[in-house]
Amino acid sequence: MAETTVNKPAAKPPSPTIENLKTIFKKLRKNKAAMVGGYLIIFFVIVAIFGPLFTTGSPSAIDPTNRMAPPSADNWFGTDHQGRDIFTRIIHGMSITLYIGFSSVLIGAIVGVFIGLVSGYYGKKVDAILMRCMDVLLAFPGILLALAIVSVLGGSLQNVIIAVGIFSVPMFARIVRGSVLAVRKLEYVDAVRALGASDTRIIFRHVLPNIMSPIIVQATLRMATAILTASGLSFLGLGAQPPTPEWGAMLSAGRNYMWDSPHIALFPGLAIVIVVLAFNIFGDGLRDALDPKTK
Amino acid sequence: MENNQNIIEVNELQTSFFVGGKEVKAVDGVTFSVPSGKTLGLVGESGSGKSITSLSIMRLIAEPGKVKGGEIKFNGENLLDKSEGKMRRIRGNQISMIFQEPMTSLNPVFTVGDQIAEAVMIHQGLSKKEALKKALEMLELVGIPSPKARLKNYPHELSGGMRQRVMIAIALACRPELLIADEPTTALDVTIQAQILRLMRNLQDELGMSVILITHDLGVVAETCDYVAVMYSGKIVEYADVNSLFANPKHPYTVGLLKSLPRHDIDQEGELSTIKGMVPTPDDMPKGCRFAPRCPFARDMCRESLPHLEEEENGNQVRCWIHTDKWDGPEVNVKHDYESAASQQS
Repeated sequence: MAETTVNKPAAKPPSPTIENLKTIFKKLRKNKAAMVGGYLIIFFVIVAIFGPLFTTGSPSAIDPTNRMAPPSADNWFGTDHQGRDIFTRIIHGMSITLYIGFSSVLIGAIVGVFIGLVSGYYGKKVDAILMRCMDVLLAFPGILLALAIVSVLGGSLQNVIIAVGIFSVPMFARIVRGSVLAVRKLEYVDAVRALGASDTRIIFRHVLPNIMSPIIVQATLRMATAILTASGLSFLGLGAQPPTPEWGAMLSAGRNYMWDSPHIALFPGLAIVIVVLAFNIFGDGLRDALDPKTK
Repeated sequence: MENNQNIIEVNELQTSFFVGGKEVKAVDGVTFSVPSGKTLGLVGESGSGKSITSLSIMRLIAEPGKVKGGEIKFNGENLLDKSEGKMRRIRGNQISMIFQEPMTSLNPVFTVGDQIAEAVMIHQGLSKKEALKKALEMLELVGIPSPKARLKNYPHELSGGMRQRVMIAIALACRPELLIADEPTTALDVTIQAQILRLMRNLQDELGMSVILITHDLGVVAETCDYVAVMYSGKIVEYADVNSLFANPKHPYTVGLLKSLPRHDIDQEGELSTIKGMVPTPDDMPKGCRFAPRCPFARDMCRESLPHLEEEENGNQVRCWIHTDKWDGPEVNVKHDYESAASQQS
C-alpha cells in the first residue's frame, strides 16, 4: 500500500478517442436495432427542421366544418375536435419535442456533470453532502418531482424544460462521479499534477474528456425519458398550453374523444412512442458500442 | 559552503499513512542530499519507501498519507513550508518527475504534442502555437524520429520506449533543475532501457540538472548514478558514492542485494543467492534494526536496538552495528563473510 506505483495491473483499455470513433461506429453498425434508432433520430431532426416547410396550412388553423374527420387523402392523420389537421400538428410538434428533450437534457447534463466532477474529484465531505442531495432528488419518483417543480414555477414550456432538467441532474451526477473515481486514480492524473497543473485544469482538461462516453450514452437515454416526462406534464396540462401543437397536450385533448374518434389521441401517442423508442434503442446500442468489454 | 552545492537536502523526512486509526510509517526519518548536477540513486525493494520519498518531495502524497515531519530544502528553501500555489509553480518547472509506467502516464485522449505543450503553457504562459513549437524541439531533443509527425500522434500509437521518451520530453520541457525519475526503465525492454538511460545521462550533461533516480535495479545504478542511497523499510541503511558502494559495500542488506545480481564476468555455479525472508510490513516493524530478521550477522543487540546512520571519514554513511564500537560480536568483513554466514542461516 505504501508503494502504490509498483506492480500495477496491466493498463486499462484507453478511453475512446477520435481515433477509435471508427471502431465504435463499426460496432454500432453491427447492431441493427441501434442503427434503426439512429436513422430514425436523423429523420426526426430533418422533419423538425424542414417538415413545417412542406405541410400546407398552419398547425392551429381551425376548420369547424371538418371536425374529427378520420384519416383521409386530404388529412392523412385526420382532424381533431376543432378541425385542425393532426398530421400538420404532429410535424410542427416534432421540433417542440426535440427542443424540450435537448434543452432539458443539456441543463441536466451541465449541472449534473459539474456536481459529479466536483464530488468525485474532491471526495470526502464535499462528496458526501452533494451525493446525499442527489439521493434525495433520486428518491422522488421522476414525474412527481417534475410535477412539484412545475407547480411551483408555473406551467409553461420553459418551466417544463427546467423541471425535467433538474430531474435529470442526479442521474448525470452519479454516473460522472463514479467515472471520475475510476479516472482520478490513473497514473496520468498524477503525472499532470506533478507537472504543476491546478485542480481545475486536471478536472476539466484531463478527467472530463476521459469520461465522455458514459455521459454521451446517458444523455441519449435521458432524451427519451425527458421527452416522455415533458409530454406527461403537458398531458396533465402543466406544460405547453393550447394551441401549441405539443404531443402530450394533443394526446390530452384527444382522450375526451377516445371512443368516437380514437385517431385524435392515437397519432400523437404513436409519435411519442416512436421518438422515445428511437432514442432508447439508439442509446442502448451506443452503450454497447462504447463498452470496451464488448467486441 | 556545502549548502550551495546541494540542490536538494532532505532531513529526517517522515511520511505516514493513517489507515483505520493506525499509523503506518512509510518513510521514517530519511536524510540525504543531492549535489548539484549529480545523480543520486535511491535503491530498495518494493515497499521500502522510495516512491513515497519522491512523492513527498513533490508534495504529492495523497490522503490518507501525510508528511509528518522533517524538512526538504530545495535551493535552500523548505518545500514543506510552501503553499499549494507556490508548490504548483515548482512542480514541472523546477522539479519534474518521470513515472514508472509510460503506458498509463500519458492521457489517452490528447496528442503527444498537446501534452508536451501543456507543461510549457502552464509554466511559461506561451501561446498554444509557441508551445507546440517548443514541443517539437523537445521531441527532437529526446531523439524521436520524424518528430513532426509524432507530434500529432496519440499515446496508444507509440511504443513503450517512445512513450517514455515523450514522458522525458514533458518532464524536461521547462528545463527543471531537479528531475525525479521513478523507475523510468522498469516497464521497458532491456535494449530500450539502455537507450533511455543513455538519453537521460546525455540530457543531464546537456541541461546541467540533478537527478534522483529511483530503482530497484543495481545494474541501472552502476551505469548512471554518482551517489547511492539504499533504503530498507522506510529508512536509509547506506549512503555512498557509487564506486565505494560497489567496491566495498558496508551494510549486509547492500551486500545481499549485490549478491543477488546475476553476473556475467564470473562463472556462477548453482542458484543465484537471495535474501531470505520478506520485507517487514509497516505495521509489524522489528524493534531493533529493521533488517535484523533477515540479516545473517544479526545478534541480540541488532534485534534489540536500532543503530544510527554513522558517517565515515569519506562522507559515506551506514546504519549497522557491525561498523560501530559497540559491536559485541566477532569481527566481520561484511562483503567477504556474507555468503558463508548466509548459508548457515536457517
